[in-house]
Amino acid sequence: MMDALLQYLLTGITLGATYALVGLGFAIIYNASGVVNFAQGEFVMVGAMGAIAMVSGGAPLPVAILAAMAMTVLVGLALERFAIAQARGASVVAVIIITIGASVFLRGAALLIWGKQFHALPHFSGDTPIHIGGATLLPQNLWVMGVTALLVFGVHRFFNKTLTGKAILACSENPMAAALAGIPVRRMLLFSYGLSAALGSAAGVLVAPISLASYESGMMLGLKGFCAAILGGMGSPMGAVAGGVILGVLESLGAGLIDSGYKDAIAFIVILFVLFFRPSGLFGKKQGARV
Amino acid sequence: MSFKKNLTMAAAVVSLGLGVATAQAENIKIGTFLSVTGPASFLGDPELKTLKMYVDKVNAKGGIDGRQVELIHYDTGTQAKMAVKFAKRLLKKDRVHAIVGGTTSGSSIAVMPDIKRARVPFVSLAGSVKIIEPVQKWTFKMPHTDRMAAAKIFTDMKARGISKIALITGDGGFDKSGRTQSQALAPQYGIKIVADESYGKKDTDMTAQLTKIRTTDAQAILNFGLGSGPAIVTRNVRQLGITVPLYQSHGVASKKFIQLAGKAAEGVRLPAAALLVAESLPDSDPQKQVLLDYKNSYEAKHGSVSTFGGHAYDGLMVVLQAIDRANSLDSRKIRDEIEKTQGFVGTGGVFNMSATDHLGLGMDAFKMLEIKNGNWTIVK
Repeated sequence: MMDALLQYLLTGITLGATYALVGLGFAIIYNASGVVNFAQGEFVMVGAMGAIAMVSGGAPLPVAILAAMAMTVLVGLALERFAIAQARGASVVAVIIITIGASVFLRGAALLIWGKQFHALPHFSGDTPIHIGGATLLPQNLWVMGVTALLVFGVHRFFNKTLTGKAILACSENPMAAALAGIPVRRMLLFSYGLSAALGSAAGVLVAPISLASYESGMMLGLKGFCAAILGGMGSPMGAVAGGVILGVLESLGAGLIDSGYKDAIAFIVILFVLFFRPSGLFGKKQGARV
Repeated sequence: MSFKKNLTMAAAVVSLGLGVATAQAENIKIGTFLSVTGPASFLGDPELKTLKMYVDKVNAKGGIDGRQVELIHYDTGTQAKMAVKFAKRLLKKDRVHAIVGGTTSGSSIAVMPDIKRARVPFVSLAGSVKIIEPVQKWTFKMPHTDRMAAAKIFTDMKARGISKIALITGDGGFDKSGRTQSQALAPQYGIKIVADESYGKKDTDMTAQLTKIRTTDAQAILNFGLGSGPAIVTRNVRQLGITVPLYQSHGVASKKFIQLAGKAAEGVRLPAAALLVAESLPDSDPQKQVLLDYKNSYEAKHGSVSTFGGHAYDGLMVVLQAIDRANSLDSRKIRDEIEKTQGFVGTGGVFNMSATDHLGLGMDAFKMLEIKNGNWTIVK
């Protein structure tokens, strides 16, 4: 029983780590502009599918991964430059609808380019299972956890210690004041889309060897990442990370201990409960305006 | 005045033209709704390619009795809801003479009430035994049933001395039906199901369910599923260091499965139609020529062949041959002729239908395969 429990935990953390990276991407754009970017899941898909395409085209794995991430960042920048920036002055809801449109567009483009089939990315360092106690892990699981931890740490440092990071936060707080203080608001927004795309594509290439990828695979991951961000408290990057890991572990424990049929339901029920009793999420700041 | 005259002339010419058009043989309209996108797209995609390819071939040879065949196609995106919508459109608006399609069991079963009402012959390309049991007058089916698959697998398990197994299934129609059939058949083979797990069709990780299975004393694992699920199950089984034999259903009978599961696919056993091992069949096998013909013409155009495209070939041929024999586009006559199909050698086996059997395949239509060195081999 202990062995099984350990296995559920390890699986859950791996799954959760990817949700966390996607959730982090949501949080960054939300922080910069108050917009929920529903194309975040498609960043994951573009990263994964791009890497797979390049590997099958003969590129060595590290090159393919970096190139795919660079490509996704370009997609993110293009999304901001050609879709979001064009709608300057539009309401937040209108921009959110634009991101939904962008996600449909990206999915369609991926369908045309890469077809409908599922594809697999080779494991980064072999697929011989590692035994830990009674549980097993793939080297890839370690990659997922390790790289996620590293990226999360980097993002955390970035927002708290660097001027650029603080400038982005300032933009979300009050764009007008930030602009008056000499912060190039538009460039900050562009930057936050690029950063989100980088994080999303990292999640994509990390899990592609474990979970396979197709043109549709961003949808579910995007949804789970969104849940992670909501659970942690929208706009709190570290909250999104915690939310992701909690969600992953809950899913895994739910599938193992209760019933695999209720796996997704369990996660969503917990989110409903959290939102009911703590509407700002587990780690979100209390906000509200008196009118 | 002369203008008016011209107009009547024109009208006469037009109506004459129409008259000629109707006098010419009416096209044979074959409708189809397939999962060309969505989780079951790897089934629906080769099915559509096969249908298009063979409709073109038949038309190039002058059609059936001088009639051209017209294929009317819709993509359901693997949603039963859409299948119902498109089936209704095929029956009411397009007024097709027969329907060959329904990639998944869920979508096939969902359209059957409409088929019954419209009285148009329907040949399903899905696996579940529920499609033809109880027999419905207007519904036929080409692929082997999940019950036959379960029976074939249990026979093989028994031969290997396996008596306790763990079941893991997806949440699609094919998967659920396969689960029910396995549960019903197991006692007859002296096999006990000690674990019964499930997963969602878009899930990307099944280690939690398999960990639960690992804690039982199962001597083998049986997975009924379609799409990416079975490939992930196969990978997860190896990843968890589970060493008991893994059986899959005929739902994974395509090269794509081996590609996706990679090294983890080694040693996986599954029942499948002979198409996958066409070259290694003895020359005396009646199916060999049909299989090689289909395989070669499909692979010349679209790459690696799968048994699913083969089912579409079988369905189309059964319907067209029935129309040829019926010498009419009357749906009742076509239906009667489909039911009289005897000795039709298809990719799935030799079909002998009757009023009580709307599939017409015997157990010998299935071969037990094992994946060795990234390829299919016939067991024993």
